[in-house]
Amino acid sequence: MDFNYLSVIIFLPMVGAAIIAFIPGLSNRVIRWLSVIFTFVPLALSIYLFAIFDRSSGAIQFEEKLSWIPAINAHYHLGVDGISLPLVILMALLGFLVVLISWKIDLRPREYFAWLLLLETSILGVFCSLDLLLFFLFWEIEVIPMYFLISIWGTGRKEYSAIKYVIYTLFGSAFMLAGILSLYFATGSLSMVDIAQGGMAMVQSVMPVAAIFWLLLIGFAVKLPVFPLHTWLPDAHTDAPTAVSVVLAGALLKMGGYGMIRICVSIFPQVAREFALILIILAVVNVLYGAAITLRQTDLKRLIAYSSVSHMGYVLLGIFALSQVSLVGATMQMFSHGIITGLLFAMAGLVMHNSKERDLRKLGGLARQMPVIVVVFSVAGVASLGLPTTSGFAAEFLVFVGSFTSAAVVGIKLWTILGVLGIVITAGYILWMLQRVFYGPPLEKFNKVRDADILERVYMFVFVAVIMGVGIYPAVLTDIIKAGVMPVMGLLGG
Amino acid sequence: MLNFELLAPELTLAATAIVVILLDFVIDRKWWLAAVSIIGLAVSAGFTVAMWGGGSLALFNNMLAVDSFALFFKLLFLVIAALVILASTGYVAKFRRFQGEYYALVLLSALGMMLMAATAELISIYLALELTSISLYVLVGFLKDPKSTEASLKYLLLGAVASAVLLFGMALVFGFTGRTQLGDIAAAIQGMSLAGVLASPGLIAGMVLMVAGFGFKIAAIPFHMWVPDVYEGAPTPITAYLSVASKAAGFAVLLRVFYSAFGLPTWLSLDWGLLFAVLAAAGMTLGNVIALPQTNIKRMLGYSSIAQAGYLMVGLATVGLASAGDIAGRSGLLFFLASYALTNLGAFIAIIAISNKLDSDLIQDYSGMIKRAPVLALALTLCLVSLIGMPPAAGFMAKFYIFSGAVQNGLLWLVIIAVINSVISAYYYLRVVKVMWTGKPASQAKVPSSMALRVALAVSCIGVLLLGIIPGFVMKLAEMAAQMFAF
Repeated sequence: MDFNYLSVIIFLPMVGAAIIAFIPGLSNRVIRWLSVIFTFVPLALSIYLFAIFDRSSGAIQFEEKLSWIPAINAHYHLGVDGISLPLVILMALLGFLVVLISWKIDLRPREYFAWLLLLETSILGVFCSLDLLLFFLFWEIEVIPMYFLISIWGTGRKEYSAIKYVIYTLFGSAFMLAGILSLYFATGSLSMVDIAQGGMAMVQSVMPVAAIFWLLLIGFAVKLPVFPLHTWLPDAHTDAPTAVSVVLAGALLKMGGYGMIRICVSIFPQVAREFALILIILAVVNVLYGAAITLRQTDLKRLIAYSSVSHMGYVLLGIFALSQVSLVGATMQMFSHGIITGLLFAMAGLVMHNSKERDLRKLGGLARQMPVIVVVFSVAGVASLGLPTTSGFAAEFLVFVGSFTSAAVVGIKLWTILGVLGIVITAGYILWMLQRVFYGPPLEKFNKVRDADILERVYMFVFVAVIMGVGIYPAVLTDIIKAGVMPVMGLLGG
Repeated sequence: MLNFELLAPELTLAATAIVVILLDFVIDRKWWLAAVSIIGLAVSAGFTVAMWGGGSLALFNNMLAVDSFALFFKLLFLVIAALVILASTGYVAKFRRFQGEYYALVLLSALGMMLMAATAELISIYLALELTSISLYVLVGFLKDPKSTEASLKYLLLGAVASAVLLFGMALVFGFTGRTQLGDIAAAIQGMSLAGVLASPGLIAGMVLMVAGFGFKIAAIPFHMWVPDVYEGAPTPITAYLSVASKAAGFAVLLRVFYSAFGLPTWLSLDWGLLFAVLAAAGMTLGNVIALPQTNIKRMLGYSSIAQAGYLMVGLATVGLASAGDIAGRSGLLFFLASYALTNLGAFIAIIAISNKLDSDLIQDYSGMIKRAPVLALALTLCLVSLIGMPPAAGFMAKFYIFSGAVQNGLLWLVIIAVINSVISAYYYLRVVKVMWTGKPASQAKVPSSMALRVALAVSCIGVLLLGIIPGFVMKLAEMAAQMFAF
């Protein structure tokens, strides 16, 4: 491979951020267009990679490997397989769309777009890194732009939410760092690929493998998030600016799920099997508890935020059901939830921005003023509750089928059935939310509220097209994900 | 035979200090003093670099070692002194008199630190330490206002006590081994049996007293009482200097003494390894927790430096627990010191510029600094992020490197305490960041900064980024330095 696609995809947004931040005197208009260019090119490149990806092979593709720090045997090692490529596309797509969503930002736009682009670089880096140190580096870098984006451009208790987010994340990554150091000590290697393919014998001889597994898992569990480590999420989502909520729910949470598959399951297949039941129970708690709490929310964004907790439970369920179908389903769910919740947050942002109201008890009857938004919001809503022909259905169906038939865990049928109940509650809160916002008698105070403008319709269309496209023809993604899951199944031994 | 050429860096520095004092009498444009000092430091650094890789040599009957370890530290002190002098130019202009003495004292204390890193004999260690300390006592009191004077007096009194404790410890070690040269002490100790040492615990007592004496220099808990007051009262460039150079010198001596003299037998090194592990855990926890409520940025960084000393002692503990051939702890310590020096200097240089304008060190007065001084605020943010230990800054690599050595030697528990401490520290470092980025500026007036200060700030920030992203080269140097112990 002559052309380093992945490096270009990852670092182009950062280059854009540097240009925006350090070239003085750029007008707001130029800054926006620069952001569009520096996010569109990575998106186009990642779609190109998706097109030329060899679906028959489970191997890592588009690999780049350079010696980085010889003293600790760290490499600049990038590569994607069928699990990471969909997430790269997801981030690249959201990265581009959030620039459009942020078009009307006029508070310190230079800093805003610079941080937003830096955020994209770090998340893309996480999905492409095959070296533990590099992975951790990108993982941590993401915290800084996030902190600024929430605490400067957020609403409500933004500074509290921002610092809460940072402390939670750092707390998780502190354990993750201890886990990575232990792995490095036990195997002398930082390469995920090498360790997965046979470093474990060495690890067992030095320290209890389960301890390392849990150290790493805590880091990912904070991010996914897994109950009871989820309490940062509603605050951060609620108080973040719309575009940042989209990235946060859309791509950032997936770092946790991705890390679990890539590191916890691939490197510790035996331990994962051993503790699968505990994690599956946690997953079901996530689903039901998250959904139950969502029912009680009266703030539009907070409601969507809590629904993420519930939906991430399906990801956790799919991962630790440890069957091929369930792992494909979990990855699908990550992609699909990214798009759907991204759209939900974007629509919630529009409703809030246009009506200046976010309290569900005070909203109502907006369908008349917002004929376009009501349709798109409803599409996102029914996708979120898993209606057929949307990507949400394909993903959740695979998770349930995969988990229900999984032979890896005893008693999983019962837990899966309990998990499915979550769908019912989801239907409840989604429909209730749509009804409260859009239906009922039209309210006097909203008479002047306007609908989506052209730009907003453009990005809505992209979101809806992806949701429906993947929903109607899921094989476009499942083929590639299956190729990525096969080697993991090989490691799991079945 | 006396190889005086091996003393070239030190002699150059001493000569420069004298020249600066004399020049002060005859010239009116005082910035020449800074320029001459920088030139002297550069020449000295040139000599030091030229000696790199020349093997391990010794001077004056093994009193002074010229090995990669010493050269690494000499280079570090020279860079620190140069950055401090660059950052001082604007600050010192406020003094009506004694500018020459200021620069000369900075140079002399750097000379003392260079000797500290090189000495391999108890008495010369003490002399080098006193040369450093006495210069610093004066520098701390340079502002001559009540706070500065109090700081100086406090530093002097506590420093004198620490020196006395150190001397007592040295005397005990000398009494039990009959030697002052580190290599000879090691040989004498290896001739003793465990039972013999336990029967007359004076040797252990001497060792512990020496830890106390040096612990004062590196601001280890419980010998840290002087830190917040002195940091707050001293001229800010000197605070920066104290927080990095003086600490690094203390660690250089500690490492050499404990590795060379008490490194073997294993039961002894395990003892002090655990002692340092406990001191490390206490230092970082207390330092970070007390830093949380601070409202003065210099005080906050004072407590933060106590916590950083805790992280550094993780490296010392690793040295104690590691087998003699394992360089992980030593090289980690050296790399951490280099990255900490650049980071903390960068932070203080930004603070010097800001406090020059504001005449205040209160964190709340940094409100909205990103609008008044975007470059300074960005640089300070980078350095604070590095102090937390987050990428892409040097602090992250340093922590990764030093902790990986610790994990390899069975100190996982200490590493977990340390990483949780990093999370605690994020809270107070980010508070400053928050004030700077989200607060409302108190006025629209821009914050000016001199050219020299900008150069110093650029050097340290670029250093922080380089060490954070491509640390390979400096890690290699640290490894070489860790291997090449003459004694």
